Amino acid sequence: MAQTPVFLERRSYRKRRMMDAVRLLPLLGLALWMVPLMWGVPEAQSADVTRMSSALRYVFGIWVSMVVISWVLWRFTRAPQPDDSPETEHAP
Amino acid sequence: MVSLNQLVAVCLLYVVGLFTVACLAERAALRGQAGWLLRSPLVYTLSLSIYCTAWTFYGAVGYAARSGLEYVTIYLGPSLVMIGWWWILRRLVRVGRSQRVTSVADLISSRYGKSNALAFVVTIMAVVGVTPYIALQLQSVVLSLSIFAAPDPGLGAVAASGFKSPQAAFWVAVGLVVFTVLFGTRNLNVNERHPGVVIAVAVEAVVKLIALLAVGIFVVWGLGGGVSETLARIDASAIGTWEVRGGRWIALTMLAAAAFLCLPRMFQVMVVENDDERHLQIASWAFPLYLMLMSLFVVPIAVVGLNLLPEGSNPDLFVLSLPLSQGQNGLAMLAFLGGFSSATSMVIVATLALSTMVSNHIVMPIWLAARREGATQSGDVRNVVILSRRLSILMIIALGYVYYRISGGGALAAIGTISFGGVAQFLPAMMGGLFWRGATRTGALYGLLTGFVLWIFTMLLPSFGVGTVLSAATFDSGLFGMNWLRPQALFGITGLDPTVHAVVWSLSLNTLLFVAVSLFTFPSPLERLQGAQFVNVLDQAGSARGWTASVAGSEDLMIMAQRILGPDEARSFFQREAAEQGLSGNLPEPTPKFVQAVERELAGSVGAATAHAMVAQIVGGTSVSVQDLLAVADESAQMLEYSSQLEAKSREISETAAQLRLANEKLTQLSKQKDSFLSQISHELRTPMTSIRSFSEILRDSKGMKTADKSRYASIIHNETIRLTRLLDDLLDLSVLENGQVTLHLRKGRLQGVLDQAIVTALAGAEAPMRVLRDPSSEQMILHSDLDRLGQVFINLVANAQKYCVSDTPALTISAQDGGGTVQIDFVDNGQGIAPQDQAVIFEKFFRIKGVEGDGAGLGLSICQEIMHRLGGDIIYLAQGSGTGFRVSLPATGVSEKPPQTARVALRA
Repeated sequence: MAQTPVFLERRSYRKRRMMDAVRLLPLLGLALWMVPLMWGVPEAQSADVTRMSSALRYVFGIWVSMVVISWVLWRFTRAPQPDDSPETEHAP
Repeated sequence: MVSLNQLVAVCLLYVVGLFTVACLAERAALRGQAGWLLRSPLVYTLSLSIYCTAWTFYGAVGYAARSGLEYVTIYLGPSLVMIGWWWILRRLVRVGRSQRVTSVADLISSRYGKSNALAFVVTIMAVVGVTPYIALQLQSVVLSLSIFAAPDPGLGAVAASGFKSPQAAFWVAVGLVVFTVLFGTRNLNVNERHPGVVIAVAVEAVVKLIALLAVGIFVVWGLGGGVSETLARIDASAIGTWEVRGGRWIALTMLAAAAFLCLPRMFQVMVVENDDERHLQIASWAFPLYLMLMSLFVVPIAVVGLNLLPEGSNPDLFVLSLPLSQGQNGLAMLAFLGGFSSATSMVIVATLALSTMVSNHIVMPIWLAARREGATQSGDVRNVVILSRRLSILMIIALGYVYYRISGGGALAAIGTISFGGVAQFLPAMMGGLFWRGATRTGALYGLLTGFVLWIFTMLLPSFGVGTVLSAATFDSGLFGMNWLRPQALFGITGLDPTVHAVVWSLSLNTLLFVAVSLFTFPSPLERLQGAQFVNVLDQAGSARGWTASVAGSEDLMIMAQRILGPDEARSFFQREAAEQGLSGNLPEPTPKFVQAVERELAGSVGAATAHAMVAQIVGGTSVSVQDLLAVADESAQMLEYSSQLEAKSREISETAAQLRLANEKLTQLSKQKDSFLSQISHELRTPMTSIRSFSEILRDSKGMKTADKSRYASIIHNETIRLTRLLDDLLDLSVLENGQVTLHLRKGRLQGVLDQAIVTALAGAEAPMRVLRDPSSEQMILHSDLDRLGQVFINLVANAQKYCVSDTPALTISAQDGGGTVQIDFVDNGQGIAPQDQAVIFEKFFRIKGVEGDGAGLGLSICQEIMHRLGGDIIYLAQGSGTGFRVSLPATGVSEKPPQTARVALRA
């Protein structure tokens, strides 16, 4: 009640975009994790086989970033805290 | 080297510890304590780790040693589902909570019109599908025990030692049965929640994570020599290149995602045990993190194991055999406990979830049908339910044991995939039910059965090996020699990986039939109702009513509820409901809402379909009709109707308020009139009394007064007395009239005559009599009335006109007409008329227009009105253009119905 309309509007706008990100994140994850489909397999006798170490780095790298991104999104989209106003200062 | 006996002792200690934790948690939950822990997002996330079983703990390393990075697909699928919680899990949890769903079979049956047939099919499929999985846990525990028994830890050579796998498996199975029965079926929980089990699972989740991480860290930094060295080793190993086929990568990821949603044990911890939807969002990053940590060291362990351990070692046991071969007994013990935790927690939760399904959807319906007395018969059903659950647990674990003995134990990962393929068949019916209102029961049934049969034929039966259940001929040339029915090349399409082949065919044909049959069948009303509620679960809070409860006795419902919920719970539930209805007793009215609540409450214990059937036995059937559906679909119409009713009511109220306001104004005015009359009448009485007193004092005190003066004074006194008498006469007259005790002297006479006499009387003695305009021809009607009283009215009206008409040439127009049974006589003068605000009260007693001189007491018109009412007529003020006008109306036939000549009537009602 005490908040000014502009403040409220920006905050809810932020939150809505964050929810959009939450919705789209699994699609991003799916797309990135399906990238290995394009790597060559040994049967193809191609010269550029993907080494296991880089495959591991890639798959687990995406895994870690997915976890981090979901954690950040959770921080933004959970019930509004009174102190997390800074990100509402510079709304688009 | 740890001896087998030591190991068993540690295991028993661990189990006792777990049991203690579970008991403490149950007690705390009962007392409502420790909610911060029992209902925390951390415990929720850790309980989800029930997904990571012995397959993950042991099998993943073996999987990686055999097929490289393919093993991560099993964890990528669930990670994607969790990250995408907003799409599916949110709906699933909301539906689970709003419908009080107890299992995945309950969910599907509830969505498709609480169909028991569907619940039955899903339960059977789940039991068959999960059986290989339970066998997998048995196998892993037996394998891990065997490695401690074997003299050479690397080979896992079971036969060399005295260790007998079948016996060990049997005792492990028995232990698991006892453990599960003790844990899960000590009492019948409302809503199927088991806080003790959940907390034990959470503890086991921590144990297995720590164990696997410890082994991983030991391998990478202790044996591998650091991260970069280990990575170099990995590249140099047999699995050093990417060699996963695209089809398997996609199919296994999808399969794992589907199984994650459909596995009965996952449904149990994810939906049934969920306390707060917000936990889901926390788990959306915390659970992928857990999965990532669990699979992080799998490849290093596999590679180092392949390097260090002798040829022919079982890669499924590298997690154990690596520490053992390096003499790390403590680490090996920890790893063993981790694997043991993974296996036991999975078996406990899976058998609990399955036994709930079996007892709710197979045993209870059969038991209910077998007992003709119906659900109202006395006796506690809870014992039956608990017994059936214990037997179900026994049966399920026994099935797992049998599968283990028949299949002879393949690679752990292969067994797990088979199980996943079986439960994934629920996915089309489940997703269709959540997102598509057009999905029907028949469609779901056809889809499920198709998928199930195909899965058995292409995955389960071949898993026993060529020549065991399916002969080699069947593999080569198809079932019954039909070439297109080969279990690994359906419809003649060869070259596919067997797993991909089975998953693609079973799921796609399942979906196809589900959709096609749904499109061409028509759902029952209850199905449509449930479908709408499931699909729109996020928009609505309440649920539509479904029972015509007028025939349901609250007592019957009470008896039934007592048998399922227990006497105390049932009584407190009924009291709560009664209080909500505003009743003081223990039994609420059997309103549809209440019966719905009873059904929900029962559904929490025995499942939706059974609860529905039990309530139906008492209530006699649902009242869901197409009209109800339309009403539900069109709630806005109801709202409109309601609001228009409200509008009508408020209009009525405002009208009444206006009338009341008017009446109040009139009352106030009357009160003012009374006051002014009292002062008027005092004044009227006082004036003559004053002159009478003064003149009588003069007469008494003056000596030698002239005779002429004497007689003048005496006549003044006389006149004043007459005036007083007249005033009192008027008052008396009015009082008599008002009391209804008036005697009418009815006779016949011509109107003209009455008017003539009245005008003469009224104008007699006037200084300037006003002109009276009449139409004699209209006055020829014969009246039958009390002509004297009528004359009194006329005299009053003419006299008033004479007194109050303000005009240069005062004139009074009298006209009479015969208006259909009523004679109307109008008296209209050419004066100023009466102000509108006064018109309403001129007939009231003692009313006198302000500022107008006159000697009347304001009783004339009141008396006129009373007389006219007695004569069966009326007098009203004529609000015409100008001048004051009165209309006297009286019945043309007179008051002939009344007794002739002299009528003494009580006219006041």
